[in-house]
Amino acid sequence: MEENKYTIKDYKMGQPRWCPGCGDHGFLSSLHRAMVDLNVPPHEIAVISGIGCSSRLPYYMHTYAMHTIHGRAVAVATGVKVANPKLTVWQVSGDGDGLAIGGNHFIHAMRRNIDINMILLNNRIYGLTKGQYSPTSARGFVSKSSPFGTVEDPFRPAELCFGARGHFFARCVAVEIAATMDVLKAAAKHKGASVVEVLQNCVIFNNGIFDRLATKDARAKNALYLEQGKPMLFGENKEFGLQQDGFGLKVVKLGENGITEKDILVHDATCLDNTLHTKLALMEGPDFPVALGVIRDVEAPTYDAAVEQQIEDVKAKKKYHNFNELLLTNDTWEVK
Amino acid sequence: MIIKEIEQVVVRFSGDSGDGMQLAGNIFSNVSAIVGNDICTFPDYPADIRAPQGTLTGVSGFQVHIGADRVLTPGDLCDVLVVMNPAALKTQHQFCKKRGIIIADIDSFTQKDLDKALFATDQPFEELGIRNEVIEAPISSMCKAALVDSDLDKKSILRCKNMFALGLVCWLFNRKLSLAEDMLRTKFAKKPTIAEANVKVLNAGYNYGANIHASVASTYKIESKSKKTKGLYTEINGNKATSYGLIAAAEKAAMQLYLGSYPITPATDILHELTKHKSLGIKTVQAEDEIAACASAVGAAFAGSLAVTTTSGPGVCLKSEAVNLAVIAELPLVIVDVQRGGPSTGLPTKSEQTDLLQVLYGRNGESPVPVIAATSPTNCFDAAFMACKIALEHMTPVFLLTDAYIANGSATWKLPNLEDYPAICPPYVTPDMADNWTPYLRNPKTDARYWALPGTEGFTHCLGGLEKSSETGAISTEPENHEKMTELRQSKIDKIVDCIPDLEVHGDATADLLVVGFGGTYGHLCSAVQEMNAAGKKVALAHFEFINPLPKNAAEVLRSYKKVVVAEQNMGQFATFLRTKVQDVHFYQFNQVKGQPFVIEELVEHFTKLMED
Repeated sequence: MEENKYTIKDYKMGQPRWCPGCGDHGFLSSLHRAMVDLNVPPHEIAVISGIGCSSRLPYYMHTYAMHTIHGRAVAVATGVKVANPKLTVWQVSGDGDGLAIGGNHFIHAMRRNIDINMILLNNRIYGLTKGQYSPTSARGFVSKSSPFGTVEDPFRPAELCFGARGHFFARCVAVEIAATMDVLKAAAKHKGASVVEVLQNCVIFNNGIFDRLATKDARAKNALYLEQGKPMLFGENKEFGLQQDGFGLKVVKLGENGITEKDILVHDATCLDNTLHTKLALMEGPDFPVALGVIRDVEAPTYDAAVEQQIEDVKAKKKYHNFNELLLTNDTWEVK
Repeated sequence: MIIKEIEQVVVRFSGDSGDGMQLAGNIFSNVSAIVGNDICTFPDYPADIRAPQGTLTGVSGFQVHIGADRVLTPGDLCDVLVVMNPAALKTQHQFCKKRGIIIADIDSFTQKDLDKALFATDQPFEELGIRNEVIEAPISSMCKAALVDSDLDKKSILRCKNMFALGLVCWLFNRKLSLAEDMLRTKFAKKPTIAEANVKVLNAGYNYGANIHASVASTYKIESKSKKTKGLYTEINGNKATSYGLIAAAEKAAMQLYLGSYPITPATDILHELTKHKSLGIKTVQAEDEIAACASAVGAAFAGSLAVTTTSGPGVCLKSEAVNLAVIAELPLVIVDVQRGGPSTGLPTKSEQTDLLQVLYGRNGESPVPVIAATSPTNCFDAAFMACKIALEHMTPVFLLTDAYIANGSATWKLPNLEDYPAICPPYVTPDMADNWTPYLRNPKTDARYWALPGTEGFTHCLGGLEKSSETGAISTEPENHEKMTELRQSKIDKIVDCIPDLEVHGDATADLLVVGFGGTYGHLCSAVQEMNAAGKKVALAHFEFINPLPKNAAEVLRSYKKVVVAEQNMGQFATFLRTKVQDVHFYQFNQVKGQPFVIEELVEHFTKLMED
């Protein structure tokens, strides 16, 4: 394996100004470390964000970066990647930026399958505007803008992703550095639009929202760590597993009713059909564990590469390649 | 038969939007241009794609002005009006001169057709009070007769009837058919049967005129008197000229051209044009909406492309926020606004100059942006080139205003030689700057910041929508710094004045009245002033292509005339702007918002009256 040319210092910049205890700190650290492992020179990386707490992240990157406008990070990132496909492009948004004001761009980036890494930092709240509900807040959620509880249902990011024909979806918990690094690296290696949903706490406005996944012990009980080609087992002693049950999934206990590891569903992120990926992604407590890791990772043609290819194909086919030659493709007449 | 020689003529083809009037008009204008006449055309489309056949809303028109010498507009009223059905007669006869000739497809004047056009009687000409000379030609049946041996189906046969009308018009103006035949064979190269059917009907129309002398007293001839410079010419409309200007600028700057766009009338043809030319390495992204189109262009600019977004007024509303990101991030971006009638969806296919104040002021904060307004279909090329040059050299978004009238109108154009155009030199960072470079380090002459492209080692940086320190480029909320940055953003735009030409005055130098206009009204205003000068009236024209900043001598010019009238297709937006820039001049106004080009006769009448008051 090629030795890492860069250290964490080469990617780090400035002093983050997020609240102490904010999930963004952990995520930023994982991103820096993942970049070291990915070994891409800092000047060949562009980090593009929108608006919101998490969208401050580009200021802490020693790469090319842009802190853009609310909701439009993916659109700006699309322009960056199409203009210069050699760049590795990371796009960072919160749940408001990515799924509310920027929802349209989110689904179209998925559909186009442009090769950018789309980070969705999901704390189910608006932090920067001081505590309004977000499009991922649960029905009935009480916030400053919903004092009597919301009367609307939330988006589930994976559903949007798969509904828009997304080919990569992974999930991690912001405080868990190693697992976050793993999914970030998988996202970077995936050619196409890769969505990473990062579950994170907001200590000020939505404290405890992911308590069921906040600590190592809690995750051992409540999370299912997906591994490609491995049976989907979870629990403190990996005593539970998943089985298909009609059109759905069910949790079974190893040893009960003669169930062994061989009877447990094996994870396949590369399956073209996204039905089971959707089911995995939508699992939640208390009856089901929350799936973490790479849920879907399917190869498909990317937009940026197709744009380049089409230009090459047309260049080979057409006989005009500069402005003067273009002019002469018109019906002309000569004044002598 | 007498052949009268004339100086100029205006012909208007009109019919149902499926009748092929645009094609007939295009061929006639091309044939005229090729024989050396000057031409100016204006297609007048309905807003509906295919309104119910034969109805008033489905009428499509194409007007061409042909001159022995230079013509600047498609002409007010036409000398010859072709109407393919009663609906066309009803909606278009108002555009025909009192002594103009009307050619009507009399086969399409059945009771059913008259009903569709909401005629109350079966005497349409009488009902409308038309006293023109009318050539009642059985166009549909003659078309069928010409193709009686054809294998084509009935529908395809009838589709050729526009060529019968064209043939008849060609006979009336003594145009040789060979050029039109060549064009048809090129257009239908892949469908030779269709091509030959069209050629046959074209000839039938010509022969019909020749055989019956079509009850007119004479036919006409327009000799070419032009003193055109030697070289290759073509016919081009404004949208295509804009596209070519962008392409030329990218080549001159040795940059990749990136277009982020979303379809919108009347700007879409620029997207259509640019996306065809991938062999020039042009990248076009049809985005999911106007916002993404502009935002992606900002991203492409950040990555080092010549970034462009094209739209019309409603799209500008949506793009404003992303334009402002380019303002504060100081990234080059060209926003083409092909203006149409507003507000809201307004008159999508019609022309207005009502976005001027929007592009000047329609953004939050102090947000100065250069504005250029193309003055004619062919000037779109130069204006687009200059918009790119200014954006790239001064690191700023630039608005290029055109309008539906010049975007769709066309004129003869001498193919440009790129070598005659100025170099475009963006202020790229150089390796020696690496040690002391910050994102807002500026070229002292232009105040443009130096541009470091992603991928360049040693220049990583973060741009963004938050105010930045002028020194370090880091986020700054310092009061003094914000004021300094606001002033720098303004002075950067003000300094562009050194790169734009002085305002020229056309017409009588000792004039009593100065007519002032901007953008697409040039042809009409200039024609009106010329006409008045010819009649001995002391009037001159100062027409603005550069709006922000105004040319250096603008105030001086405006102050040198007794009376100044600003004529524009809005309620006085340019006059309002000029009043903020030149306070000691009284600006009279002439305003019209009908969605149609100015009428020269009306301009002359108004200006004459103003001189007498």
